[in-house]
Parts: sequence; C-alpha cells; structure tokens
Amino acid sequence: MGDLDLLLGGLQSAATPENLLYAAIGVLLGTFVGVLPGIGPAMAVALLLPVTYSLEPTSAFIMFAGIYYGGMYGGSTTSILLNTPGESASVMTALEGNKMAKAGRAAQALATAAIGSFIAGTIGTLLVAFFAPMLAEFAVTIGAPSYFAILLFALVMTTTMLGSSKVRGFLSLFLGLTIGLVGLDLNTGQARLDLGVAQLRDPLEIVAVAVGIFALGEAFWVAAHLRRKPLQVIPVGRPWMGREDWSRSWRPWLRGTAYGFPFGAIPAGGAEIPTFLSYVTERRLSRHRDEFGKGAIEGVAGPEAANNASAAGMFVPLLAMGIPVTATASVMLAALTSYGIQPGPQLMTEQSDLVWTLLASLLIGNTLLLVLNLPLAPLWAKLLRIPRPQLYAGILFFACLGAFAANQDAFDVFLLLAFGLLGLAMRRFGLPVLPLILGVILGPIMELKLREALTISDGDLSGLWSEPLAVAVYVLTALVVVVPIVVKRVRPDLDTPAAEVARAAQDDERVGR
Amino acid sequence: MSSTTHPGTSPSTAPRRDLAQIGLAAVTAVVGAYTIYDASTLQVGFADPVGPRLFPYAIGTGLLVTSALLVVAALRGDLPEAEGGEDVDLDARADWATVAKLVGIVGLTIATVGFLGWAISGAILFAGSTWALGSRTLVRDVIVGVVLSVLSWYAFYVGLGIPLSAGILDGIL
Repeated sequence: MGDLDLLLGGLQSAATPENLLYAAIGVLLGTFVGVLPGIGPAMAVALLLPVTYSLEPTSAFIMFAGIYYGGMYGGSTTSILLNTPGESASVMTALEGNKMAKAGRAAQALATAAIGSFIAGTIGTLLVAFFAPMLAEFAVTIGAPSYFAILLFALVMTTTMLGSSKVRGFLSLFLGLTIGLVGLDLNTGQARLDLGVAQLRDPLEIVAVAVGIFALGEAFWVAAHLRRKPLQVIPVGRPWMGREDWSRSWRPWLRGTAYGFPFGAIPAGGAEIPTFLSYVTERRLSRHRDEFGKGAIEGVAGPEAANNASAAGMFVPLLAMGIPVTATASVMLAALTSYGIQPGPQLMTEQSDLVWTLLASLLIGNTLLLVLNLPLAPLWAKLLRIPRPQLYAGILFFACLGAFAANQDAFDVFLLLAFGLLGLAMRRFGLPVLPLILGVILGPIMELKLREALTISDGDLSGLWSEPLAVAVYVLTALVVVVPIVVKRVRPDLDTPAAEVARAAQDDERVGR
Repeated sequence: MSSTTHPGTSPSTAPRRDLAQIGLAAVTAVVGAYTIYDASTLQVGFADPVGPRLFPYAIGTGLLVTSALLVVAALRGDLPEAEGGEDVDLDARADWATVAKLVGIVGLTIATVGFLGWAISGAILFAGSTWALGSRTLVRDVIVGVVLSVLSWYAFYVGLGIPLSAGILDGIL
C-alpha cells in the first residue's frame, strides 16, 4: 500500500498549524460565500481565487480544498432553508429538505446533510487516493491521438448530458472553444483573434472569464428578475439527529456515495444525475415511502451524499489526466496553471507532494467542516436574510476587485464586463454555462494534442484513429450521442429530473388546496 | 430534441416563438465567420503539417452550423429555458433598465479606476450598484462601500503584497 504511505505523508505535511489555519479559513470563507443565495460552489471558488494569489501552491490548494467543500455545504444549507434551490445539484436536496424544514425538522435536515456530506466526502477522497494514481499510471502511456479522443469524449458527454437542448449546448461549447483560441498560436507564435488589442495576445485571464460568466452574469440576470417579495427563511437551531434519524440516514448516505463517486469521475454534468438517481432509489427503498413529498429524511441524506461524493470523484480525472469535468474543476485547473504547474498525467509523479497534500487537506477540510458547521448553522442561516441589493452589489464589487487585482489592469475589468454580458445572454437564451467553461479550458489542450497526433502521421487525418484506444473512445462517443435519442423514442415516459420536480410541484399544489 | 416543444398542443393557437434567438444566432454566426477569416490570415510554418489554421476552421464551422440550427429551432417555436435561481422570479417582466444601470456603473469603474484609484472607484461601484438595485439607504451604502474598498485595498497591500492602484489618494493611503 504505497499510496497509503503517500497519503499519510500528505497528512503530515498538511497538518502543520499554518496549513490547518489555511484550511480553516478556507472552510469558513467557502461556507460563508456558498450560503449566500445566488452563489454556487463554482462561483465561490472563482471569486475567492484572488485571495490565494500570493500564497505558495501547497497552502493555496489547502485553502482551495476548504473553500470547495465549504461552498458545497453552504449551498445545501441554502436549498434546505429557502424555498428554491440554487444550482441543479441541490434540486433534489431541496425537494425533501425544504419540506422537512417547513415541518419544523430543519435541524435534522441540516444535520443529515452535514454528516452525509462528511461521510461521502471522506469515502470519496479515499477512493480518489486509490484510483487517481492507477489512472495516472495508465494515462502516461496514452498517445496523443487517444488523448485527443478522450478530450473530445469529455466535451461531447458534458454537452449532451446537460439540459434539454443539445443545439444550445453545442453553441455554448463552440463559443467556449472560440474564446480558448484567443492568444498566440503555440507553434508559430502568431496572434489569433486578438482584434488588434495587445492584451489579447496573451491567453485570456481565466479569472476574468470565469468570474464574468458566473458572478457578473448571475448578478445581471438576477437584477433583471429580482424577486419583489423576499423568500421566506426558515429559522433553525443547532442541527442534531435522533436515534431514528440516524437509522434512517446511514444507508442512504452510503448508497448516495456509491452513486455520486463514479458520476463525478466521468464527464456527465456533475452531480445532477447521481442526486436524481439517489432520490429515486431512496423513495423506492424507503419504509416510509408515504413521507416522501412531505419531508423524508432519506430524501435529504441520499442526494446530499451523492452530491459530495461526486464532488470528490471529480478529482480523479482532474489530478490523473488534467481533465476537468465540472465548472469548479475547470476553475481549479486554471488555478493550477496560474501557479506554473502543468496539469496532466505526469502531475501525480512530478508534483506528488502537492497532490498528496491536497488530498490530505481535502480530508482535513471535510472534518473541519463538520466540526465548525454543526454549531455555526444558526449563524449561517442568518446570512440568508442579507438584503439583496447589498448582496449583489457586493458580488459585483468583489468580482471587479478580483479581476483588477490579477494584473492591476483596467482592461481585465473590461473583459470581466464583456463576459458578464455574455453570461447574462446565456442565462436569457438558455445556453448552459458548463460546456462553455470546459471549451475555454480544454480547447487549447485539445489543439495541442490534435497537432501532436497529426504531426506524427505527417498531416494525414487517419492519424487520429491510429490507436485502438482512440477508436474505442470514438465509438463510445458516438454511442453517448445516439443511445439517449433511441431510448427517448422507445420509452418517452422515462423519469427525468425535470419530471420529478414537476411532480413535486403538483403535490405542493394539492397540499396547498 | 427539446422538452420545451409541445407537439401535442393545438396548432390553432398562435405559436409562442422567441425570435430574439435569431439575433443571438446572427451574432454567433458572425463570430464563427470572423474566426474562420482570422485563421485564413495566419501563416503556416515549416515542418508543421497541421498549422495554426485547422482548429479555428473547425470551431468556426461548428459555430456557423449550430447558429443555423438554432435559427431553425427558433422558427419552429423552440423556446429557451431561462435559468432559475434563489432570487430569480421568472414570472415577472425582465427589468433591463436595472441591468443597464449596473453595466454603466461597472463601465464607470473601468474608466476611473486608474485615475481615482481602487479605494474611491470601488466605493462608487458598491454604493452605485446598491442604488441601482433598489436600495434607498444611500448614506449607509456609501459608508459600507468606503469601508469595503479601503479595507480591501489594505488587505491586498498588506496581506497579499499586491498594491492596487491608489490613484489620486497616492501617498494618503
């Protein structure tokens, strides 16, 4: 068990007082920002990126790990205590969680979410430590043609799995790839799409792109549709669970983890699908099936565990191959690159200290989260009452601050504004954000691999399928596109998350009447 | 292809269409065409069988094709699914005036941050945004804005070692 030794070594270097402090700051900041309505984990990580600028990579990533899990946990608090979920991953949590809260069981809902997240996160991280080195060992042997095929697969997967409209998904993807083109060509050093602007000869400042699309886009979109009537926030005491809650929670936690981890590790749009599967499974298996739709604790425990396990699973492709499969992972990859660390299969060997410290700090951050958040929950709940003008003004303020601080160049703030307007348009026209972000990040790597592959074959396009693995991945990609269409034809009544939410809304109306 | 189309609804009612999508498709098509044009101006280097053109060509073509598909979808009555959220009320009419004000305020920040410095521009940014979003506690918002921007200036300067532009307050901060 060499990996276990490495992980213990990582724990040792992560457990210095200084690093523990960074982990604690990260957890608190992440939860603080994640609890705020309108801010999901990806935006939290993007907004807090500037804070880590002057830290050395190890400390920065320890803080990042805390921010990440903190942001995830904060998001679930929001969706349990408010009537509407923030991001797609917490839709299922909100379904039962909010009903529980309304029935006066907010404390138990928050507790099962927190403990479930902790268990799923811990198991998930250990699985990452087990699988990532194996995958990396295999990935270093992969040639450029296969790598290109895998990148293509990741992009097609995310684009087709997300949302209802594939046209809009692909439009978003191609826009992202276009944005990724900006800058100097790798081989010939010629400027592409620089529009005659000197600042556009370097690759775009990723903070400006991510924060613009996530934070400014969201703030503008909310400004256009701000709720007149503030949402009802359900007051909560200190989270706790009774004996029955425990016995009803532990199986859903483990099943949710089993769903979440594999889905996190493949490019399937993050936690949307596993949380849904977990919800449906728990409803089918529960001995309290009649409680579903009225606040069943299983319906919170399962999806929350699935959500966090998939958040951990995402680290497998990120660390082992340098391929991000969620928006948050993309931002983290960008952060890695900004430290001059080259992501890819060689990361596990060349930066093994960093990787193992990061994994260890994920475990530490997760534990800190549980310790800090159970007692602090009532305080976090207060944040939900923050007046909206000040909240969104604050988001604008910190977004501009982050973009400006990167290079102290007002042009970056201008870029931020431009991408904010793009983010607004995408929300208005129903273009999913994830394909665009992945396109921006993966586009340049894809081009690199494409050109490597074609240089080997001397420009002959058949060089792209010269390896058996590449061919297999292309076949898989084709299946991913074709099978759902066929399934929809054959069984149009199949359950989808949207149908589930609609059913819950109907139940609501019936109860209301 | 999309859950927003309802083939079962009666054709007698006028189809609800969102033709603004065609405007979006026009913009993305122009971006795609420009990408292809821009790539065509690049020189192909030696010993580089692929060159810097292939990838942009492929992407530009992809943009053109998906833009065309979006036009077709829009004409067939395919509606976009606008994004929801905790503070988003999709039933209300969109309030673009507020968005315009916010864009103007960020624009003002871009124009003034070099001259006035972050401490002043940031304060204006915060207070102006709260005002645009409907807050009417101007005095409190200005105070909060000043505190935030001055604190963040010092936090970056002292804590992170990044000197943000001080502008006309150079020497005072």
